[in-house]
Amino acid sequence: MAAKRSVAVLRPALNGTGSHLVRAQCPPTLRQLSRPLSIQASRPRRNSPRVPVSRRYASSDNSSEQLGRTGLYELHAAHGAKFVPFGGYSMPVQYSDLSIIESHNWTRERASLFDVGHMVQHEFSGPGVEAFLQTITPSSLSTLKPYNGTLSTLLHRETGGIVDDTVITRLPDRFYVVTNAGCREKDLAYLNSELEAFRSDSSNESVEWKVLENQGLIALQGPLAPEILERVLGEAAAKTLKTLYFGQSTHAKIDSTDAEVLISRAGYTGEDGFEISIPPYATEAVTQFLLDSAKDELRLAGLGARDTLRLEAGMCLYGHDLDDSTTPVEAALSWVIGKDRRANGGFHGDSIILRQLKKKSEGGGVARRRIGLVVEGAPAREGAEIVDEAGEKIGNITSGCPSPVLKKNISMGYIKDGLHKSGTEVHVVVRGKKRKATVTKMPFLPAKYFKEPTVAAPTTPASKTP
Amino acid sequence: MAARLSVARAARQLTSSAARRPATAYPVSCQRWQKAPIQSRLFTVSAQWEEKKYTEDHEWVELSADGKTATLGISTYAAKALGDIVFCELPQVGVEFSSGDAIGAVESVKSASDILTPISGEVVEVNSALEEVPGGINKDPEGEGWIAKIAVQAEPEGLMSAEEYKKHTEEA
Repeated sequence: MAAKRSVAVLRPALNGTGSHLVRAQCPPTLRQLSRPLSIQASRPRRNSPRVPVSRRYASSDNSSEQLGRTGLYELHAAHGAKFVPFGGYSMPVQYSDLSIIESHNWTRERASLFDVGHMVQHEFSGPGVEAFLQTITPSSLSTLKPYNGTLSTLLHRETGGIVDDTVITRLPDRFYVVTNAGCREKDLAYLNSELEAFRSDSSNESVEWKVLENQGLIALQGPLAPEILERVLGEAAAKTLKTLYFGQSTHAKIDSTDAEVLISRAGYTGEDGFEISIPPYATEAVTQFLLDSAKDELRLAGLGARDTLRLEAGMCLYGHDLDDSTTPVEAALSWVIGKDRRANGGFHGDSIILRQLKKKSEGGGVARRRIGLVVEGAPAREGAEIVDEAGEKIGNITSGCPSPVLKKNISMGYIKDGLHKSGTEVHVVVRGKKRKATVTKMPFLPAKYFKEPTVAAPTTPASKTP
Repeated sequence: MAARLSVARAARQLTSSAARRPATAYPVSCQRWQKAPIQSRLFTVSAQWEEKKYTEDHEWVELSADGKTATLGISTYAAKALGDIVFCELPQVGVEFSSGDAIGAVESVKSASDILTPISGEVVEVNSALEEVPGGINKDPEGEGWIAKIAVQAEPEGLMSAEEYKKHTEEA
């Protein structure tokens, strides 16, 4: 019962499909809006028999009996996690030691550890792998060096709509790809059919695909993250961290374990930090070891803080800010389209996407664009309409929250092309009232990534403007 | 998803009605009320109103000593469940609401929640301190953190006693 209620309650804030139904398609009724008041923590069930970790589908029925658990479920429960269904898994939304705001600030000031083991980790290999991945994504993988990763998008054929957003890392002999838990079933079907099509062309070389079932994935995020990670690594690996820049990865062993992990300097908070992929048998031990090695600095953080952190960082959440009908250009993700890919195409939806990249005067452009907004008064959340002075609808909000750091209401949404310039004043309707809003550059909060120093550092202030 | 939501809703309604007070409509024996003149039947106050009452949507209401106004707020349980309240939208004084209307809203980082009034009537006072310090609701949800006062027109129905409400939240 508790879990069922949490579905109705937190799903709107955390998962795309739910919120579209609740907020976008139905007129918001009072009862629905009042539901969040019934938020209730599912109590950790210490006495229940341990359920083996198993994969679950986001679209499967979300009754608590059928939700999957990551390898860290027991650890979460022991730390007072409040669980919610997310992406087919029972995931911590917050822990008993910190409120969402406290946990958010803790991440920005110190460091937090997130379990992201619900996400789907894949490995693609074989001689045809680059060609295959370059068919389904617009990324320039030929220029991606080993142990470097990039944000990318899986694309629908013809339309160029985004199937899912993903991070692709080139390892010496394969590609390591992480996709969203909420898209699991859809992505697996998509990848299956794409591989089948690719293999059916005898001129293509072979591709192998493996899903790393039950592989652990944790995200260590915050300014103290490098210091904390160094402590648990051997001397050589700790040294490697000093020159491991944003987007880069390395294999390493965690002290006192024999497990080889893949450390990527990446994250979803706008902070410096790492995502660590861990073999199933060692996930809990490595996580516990990290927590124990930084008792005063490191705390577990849940989906609640993860969502407000990524919003401040201007990052998209699939199912909310991105969906199957959105192209990378509309989503302000044109930067994921590689330079050589712009010239040559050769990826799904290239005719549409490459046309959208052109100037308006050349028949290009898009009808809507993803933007950031700062809203006065009430926070504008998913489903709220963006309107002009006359009250005409000009867009909609796809995510929003009060920013714990900026103490302003920040939102992400789509607006009619032409009104997307930063500084444009618009209105957002919250609870039937028009509220002033200003189109604002994202990230709302400057990112603090550990970036590789540029060779020719700009010397004049003028040249620093992006 | 649609099916799941309605399941949740149905389940919710089932527990709500189960938790609803079964039979408290026995005659009132309190002297004060026995003395009340029969003309005031326009608004009859029964024993249920002598104590703070709760709605299944987690609001509380309490009648003033003169029986003319009711103070409304959100329950301690709700305030705790919501977490840090960062924004509170109050109703306008002078506006009349029917029971079941949203008279305002409270927002935490994660969610927006309407405050539904279980009583019909005109708003006579709001706790404007909450506009500056919305976190005041978390500090003392059933005291200093009250939301609004409403001029009572009729006796509300379907409210729960503190004990019934406690049971309601435990069953949830």
